Amino acid sequence: MAQLKRIAGVNQPAATLDRREAVPALIERPQDWLVVAGLAGTAQELCAMTDDGPNVFGLGGAMGAGPSMALGLALAQPNRRVLGITGDGELLMNIGALGTIALAAPANLKLVCVDNGHYGETGNQDSQTGLGVQLDRIAAGFGIAVVHTINTMADMAEGRRILAAPGLAFILLRVKEGPAMKKPRSLRPHVVRDRFRAALLGR
Amino acid sequence: MYDYLRAEGVTQIAYVPDAGHKVMIDRSLADADAHSIPLTTEEEGVALLAGADLGGAKGVLLMQSSGVGNCINMLSLTAGSRFPLLCIVSMRGDFGEGNPWQFPMGRATQAVLEAMGVVVLRCDAPEDVMPTIRAACSMVWGSGEAVAVLLGQRLLGAKKF
Repeated sequence: MAQLKRIAGVNQPAATLDRREAVPALIERPQDWLVVAGLAGTAQELCAMTDDGPNVFGLGGAMGAGPSMALGLALAQPNRRVLGITGDGELLMNIGALGTIALAAPANLKLVCVDNGHYGETGNQDSQTGLGVQLDRIAAGFGIAVVHTINTMADMAEGRRILAAPGLAFILLRVKEGPAMKKPRSLRPHVVRDRFRAALLGR
Repeated sequence: MYDYLRAEGVTQIAYVPDAGHKVMIDRSLADADAHSIPLTTEEEGVALLAGADLGGAKGVLLMQSSGVGNCINMLSLTAGSRFPLLCIVSMRGDFGEGNPWQFPMGRATQAVLEAMGVVVLRCDAPEDVMPTIRAACSMVWGSGEAVAVLLGQRLLGAKKF
């Protein structure tokens, strides 16, 4: 099969982490966050980690919405910790949202990109990050002050420290190809919206 | 309009700049109690305001009609999740337009919004504006609908070329 060429001159360590271990190792207590999780892998794993909990809005479509939704939620709930977690494909689709987020810079918002370098839901085609595009450098270029890249378990403690500290931050979690944790979750978005608001706002 | 929306509880004002929204944008930038959010593309605003609603906040998305085309698939988030959404759209490719590039999207704006389930209300005279905004707010936050208020070029005036 013909392959796309890698971008010349980009040297990155090969991704070795298994997302089924790496994501829970980074996000230890998802129940402590208000979470917007992008399609598809991160929504599956955050819903699995919380047993489809009401504090997680997991997307099943509207690709590119995740980071912007997390921003709106963080601005609306300045006293709660908000986690926007998504994959490389979704982040690339609306990459300008990183600039919007950097400008607004809510101190209660953390962004995590689980970067497997592939479009895992559609036949595992290479994504641009799998061919050398570096989202951590892009995030820094947009002006996000705290950017951390996790290539191995040794990088995980710093990621956890950043998640626990105040201030906007972007964490790139580089993982190898492979499935996300998955349990049944509601794919009826109006049900997910209503239960999220009921749990948070009581209405 | 700005004061009315703020009194309605709007705290997030998101926009891709357009001359038709200059006063609203300037008011939001000068308002220390509201979030003035410049976007890179209008679809970010659709998602932003969905997140605002999850957190119990209200917002408004200001855009030019050309930006409506950038929102199409993102409006599936609004429709599927039944998020309330208020958009105020300054028209191009409309009454008196002198730039031919603006016509394809100008002609399609209302149809595209309606195809994605957004209620369209249109203003072409100054006296229409505030009654329409009040009606839209009631439909959005009373009934949970997605509503776009189109401000026509008969109202705003056409840019000179």
